Amino acid sequence: MAHAPTTTASDKYYVPHGSPWPIIGSVALFTTVGGAAMWLNHVNAGPWLVTAGLALLIFMFIGWFGVVIRESEGRLYNEAVDRSFRMGMMWFIFSEVMFFAGFFGALLYARQFSVPWLGGEGTKLLTAVVRGDNFEAAWPTNGPGQIGGEFTTIPAFGLPAINTAILLASGVTITIAHHALRAGQRQVLNLFLALTFLLGFLFVYLQATEYIEAYTHHNLKLSTGIYGSTFFPLTAFHGFHVTMGAIMLVVVWLRCLKGHFTPTHHFAFEGVAWYWHFVDVVWLGLFIFVYWL
Amino acid sequence: MVKIVNCALAGLLASLPVHSFAAWELNMPVGVTELSRRIHALHMLIFWICVVIAIAVFGAMIYSIVKFRRSQGAVPASFDHSTRAEIIWTIIPIVILVAMAVPAAATLVRIEDTRNSDLTVKVTGYQWRWHYEYLDQKVAFFSTLARESNAARQLRSGVDPKTVTNYLLDVDHPLVVPVGKKVRVLLTAGDVIHAWWVPAFGMKKDAIPGFVNELWFRADQTGIYRGQCAELCGRDHGFMPVVVDVRSQEDYDSWLKEQQAGAPTAQAAGTAPATAE
Amino acid sequence: MSIANHQAAVPAHAHHDDHAHDHHGPDKGWRRWVLATNHKDIGTMYLLFSLLMFFVGGTMAMVIRAELFKPGLQLVDPMFFNSMTTMHALIMIFGAVMPAFVGLANWMIPLQIGAPDMALPRMNNFSFWILPFAFSLLLGTLLVPGGAPAGGWTMYPPLSLQVGPSFPMLIFAVHLMGASSIMGAINVIVTIMNMRAPGMSLLKMPMFVWSWLITAYLLIAVMPVLAGAVTMLLTDHYFGTTFFEAAGGGDPVMFQHIFWFFGHPEVYIMILPAFGIVSEIIPTFSRKKLFGYDSMVYAIASIAFLSFIVWAHHMFTVGMPLAGQLFFMLATMLIAVPTGVKVFNWTATMFKGSLSFEPPMLFALSFLFLFTIGGFSGLMLAIVPADFQYHDTYFVVAHFHYVLVPGAVFGIMAAVYYWLPKWTGHMYDMKLAKTHFWLSTIFVNVLFFPQHFLGLAGMPRRIPDYNTQFADWNMISSIGGFGFGLSQLLFAYIVFSTIRGGVKASDNVWDEAKVHGLEWTVSSPPPYHSFETPPEVK
Ligand code: HEA
Ligand code: HEA
Ligand code: CUA
Ligand SMILES: [Cu+2]
Repeated sequence: MAHAPTTTASDKYYVPHGSPWPIIGSVALFTTVGGAAMWLNHVNAGPWLVTAGLALLIFMFIGWFGVVIRESEGRLYNEAVDRSFRMGMMWFIFSEVMFFAGFFGALLYARQFSVPWLGGEGTKLLTAVVRGDNFEAAWPTNGPGQIGGEFTTIPAFGLPAINTAILLASGVTITIAHHALRAGQRQVLNLFLALTFLLGFLFVYLQATEYIEAYTHHNLKLSTGIYGSTFFPLTAFHGFHVTMGAIMLVVVWLRCLKGHFTPTHHFAFEGVAWYWHFVDVVWLGLFIFVYWL
Repeated sequence: MVKIVNCALAGLLASLPVHSFAAWELNMPVGVTELSRRIHALHMLIFWICVVIAIAVFGAMIYSIVKFRRSQGAVPASFDHSTRAEIIWTIIPIVILVAMAVPAAATLVRIEDTRNSDLTVKVTGYQWRWHYEYLDQKVAFFSTLARESNAARQLRSGVDPKTVTNYLLDVDHPLVVPVGKKVRVLLTAGDVIHAWWVPAFGMKKDAIPGFVNELWFRADQTGIYRGQCAELCGRDHGFMPVVVDVRSQEDYDSWLKEQQAGAPTAQAAGTAPATAE
Repeated sequence: MSIANHQAAVPAHAHHDDHAHDHHGPDKGWRRWVLATNHKDIGTMYLLFSLLMFFVGGTMAMVIRAELFKPGLQLVDPMFFNSMTTMHALIMIFGAVMPAFVGLANWMIPLQIGAPDMALPRMNNFSFWILPFAFSLLLGTLLVPGGAPAGGWTMYPPLSLQVGPSFPMLIFAVHLMGASSIMGAINVIVTIMNMRAPGMSLLKMPMFVWSWLITAYLLIAVMPVLAGAVTMLLTDHYFGTTFFEAAGGGDPVMFQHIFWFFGHPEVYIMILPAFGIVSEIIPTFSRKKLFGYDSMVYAIASIAFLSFIVWAHHMFTVGMPLAGQLFFMLATMLIAVPTGVKVFNWTATMFKGSLSFEPPMLFALSFLFLFTIGGFSGLMLAIVPADFQYHDTYFVVAHFHYVLVPGAVFGIMAAVYYWLPKWTGHMYDMKLAKTHFWLSTIFVNVLFFPQHFLGLAGMPRRIPDYNTQFADWNMISSIGGFGFGLSQLLFAYIVFSTIRGGVKASDNVWDEAKVHGLEWTVSSPPPYHSFETPPEVK
């Protein structure tokens, strides 16, 4: 496909005619969540359905993106199509931002309102009086019920700081790779792109060890009151996004090796790069509000 | 203001067919506390403001609809904007809104002031009954839907609700308070969120598990006032009424003695079933 | 394997598309619909799906009204009643109103801005086909032991955590709906921002397009937040987190804040496109340009902005600090100003116009009056001390049905009567349509107006049974409900008979109304692929 005539970038907006992938995707999603629902209700079929659904989902992504890549390399997309993809990606990232905003909001609410109120501050003085224990409104906390028992937190300037450095570094490497792509220096591109996702995976690995650390040495669990409730979902959802981003980077890298993209025509690369910067920024928020302050 | 309103409404009411049992109630009843009267006045104020605006706006619409019918050979004008007009109908609403906000804010400040009360009752919501605890008087009991209503409200019970007095609005042990005293209510819940509401007191607040909310009222007429749980709390949300018995100071005191003497009612209530299935 | 082949086939085949669209008709049979990438086909599927859901949700409403017909429990167990209330709302909001608007967007936005299709056609298919699965999951809860969710559509914990096996189904159904809306919204925004015909500047766009641009923005901003909120419910229920549990330092009210941060913009998501539709129809049948186009645009924008800072007006009774209550009261009242500008501008559009009263105009006018009434009651609800009395009573139910049924739903029906001839190429039976209008308008008021009285007299919402003092108005309301419901059967009949055939409609359907806009420049029905070469807009 790569050597398809490069001049047919047509004036017409390319409209595909029928595609099996979306419906496959819908079925996959349905199977996955249906299975998950059964799993949570202890129906034996649950785990199997989830596995099947996820497999189908992966198959769908491969197929769908495969088609898009081929069309793109076949130069069926003109500037307008390219712009649609860019805008689409940006708005998708915006929706992701809002998803995290929800969880950051929960953290903020807990720290600024519910915990102080439980401590009897402001208008909720009686909440503490009536409960009649000596709960101190302070952060970190697992609440007046001491849910999950005594725990300690992960010090910000240990692993988390290192992870911050790693992600920031990966932000630099991907930028270098991008410039290289623009300048047509494929070697540099391939090298720094590889570096980027390697850093990404390293980050995920360190996060995993940090979790083990938390569970084994800090008695810090998902069920450790509001602290655990905010700490784990926030960091886990972020970790999940890093993993996804890294996988997308690998795909883009393989395409680079295959000689895809031109200095002017490389939406996939840029889309993933934006995504990568987004997870980067989210992490900074996490480092400051979850680990540090 | 309020007077005119009441006359108007009386007029409206009178103009409606009234059955023997019918209560074609149209408006918020005026309560028996200062707050509820303030709220009622506020309600009527915004209501009439809206009516006036409605008359103006709908008037203009109806005029246009009637006057500029094509069937009457109306020919369209060509204007499509008028900055002056648009500024006017931006400013006027703002002014009106401010006029509403000021008294509203004043009333709100009054409502939120729970200081120096004469009596404090802790109210706890459960699925599906209320628990009342007089903090300083060491009296506590549950308040559950009255047996008669409870029997009648079962699915296809065959009992005609109209034969039941105060259907669904009656309890075994009402909350008893003295007239003319500032009663401070501390609200919380044992399981899910409930809301304690007595329309005649103009007060409604959520009872939230793990937190304590406050409200206050000062009933200035003796009598029995009825309300309901006002936050969906599960199967029998519709069947956990709030009944407050406002008595003269003497009656209240003697009632209190009775209770403190460990009158049967208290224990009985303590073990009352949540619902008769 | 066959799919592998298909892949290989795509570029070549698609390549050929590229030159031969014009004589490329729809596929035969199921492939046309299941594999659809054509905005008209997808729009049609959205609209039919939403009609189906409207009937399903409506049937549940009929169960509610039947139980409330007279005091005493005659038909259903209180738990099932609560399930009906909950499912009715979820289905009407996420299944009927929102998909209807997305369907209209699919059909009309490309036609109105002169685009060949939606910007991302495959994703367009994805966002539709998720819905049937999402709603199978949601409706499936009716069959599982323990029954369907019964905690209200607002899903407040701890109550919402008390349901059985249906709980995760509810959560995941909401996730799927969210995913669908987000993709749909992205598609709309990108189409509008990227695919306008040359010469169509933003401030030349039809109002419907404008209203959808802003609605899509709201959707992308708040749907993920809802997803987050229900995810927290899920982890609280199954994985021991304590977001909404005081003992662990959380707060049940925290959920309400997050939910309503989504929930309030959501209600404007359900009305802004209707504003857009009305702004299309009133000028047409007044034979006069829309009054104050620019301020209409700014009004929508400011409504959208304000909708982000008013959410706590749903929570005045949770015991917020005084300052908070005052802030949310004032912010909420402010929304009356831009909304007022719209109402006044619509009136000014009719003023000195030349009005005729075809069905679309009739519904638009009904919208104008009844939405405004709903707006007034909304404003009353915004007054905190008064809301202490109104909150969680039928006054609230009356308010939001006035803005949702004669508001959103009438807006949708007006749009259908306005564009159906364009879509099908057939004109519907005017008499029937007008009958449907009058029945709907009369019954909707019989149905919902008495609920104001009930609320003020003190009837709480979400109760299956009530004191006899509420008997009379409830009976009236139920009668209105049945009447309104049956009238909708007429609507379904009109729609389907028009699809099947009827008097041929001309290209600019409303000939003597001198309609404006690109959608009228294409034939009725439009070619399968319209505006492949973009039109010039002067
Ligand atoms: C389409 C949906 C829609 C729309 C458009 C609105 C519009 C508004 N809503 Fe409504 N609302 C809902 C759907 C909607 N609402 C729903 C579903 C609920 C219940 C949720 C639940 O609990 O289940 C709800 C509940 C609700 C509450 C909570 C009540 C309670 O639970 O206690 C409040 C309180 O402030 C409120 C206020 C408003 C206001 C101020 C507007 C304003 O936007 C209205 C503005 C319009 C006008 C004011 C009329 C036109 C203006 C003029 C003619 C100008 C001149 C007028 C003046 C200056 C007064 N709404
Ligand atoms: C867009 C949203 C939308 C729409 C269109 C409607 C439409 C209707 N709603 Fe709506 N309703 C809500 C959104 C909506 N509702 C919400 C958000 C709530 C709050 C839920 C909660 O508290 O959690 C609610 C709650 C609610 C209640 C309060 C329940 C309670 O508090 O316990 C009631 C009660 O009357 C009601 C009635 C109706 C009726 C009669 C209609 C009618 O307009 C429906 C008419 C349509 C049909 C009837 C279907 C078509 C006809 C047929 C299927 C043929 C069969 C007909 C017959 C047999 C007569 N609704
Ligand atoms: Cu208790 Cu509703
Ligand atoms: Cu709102």
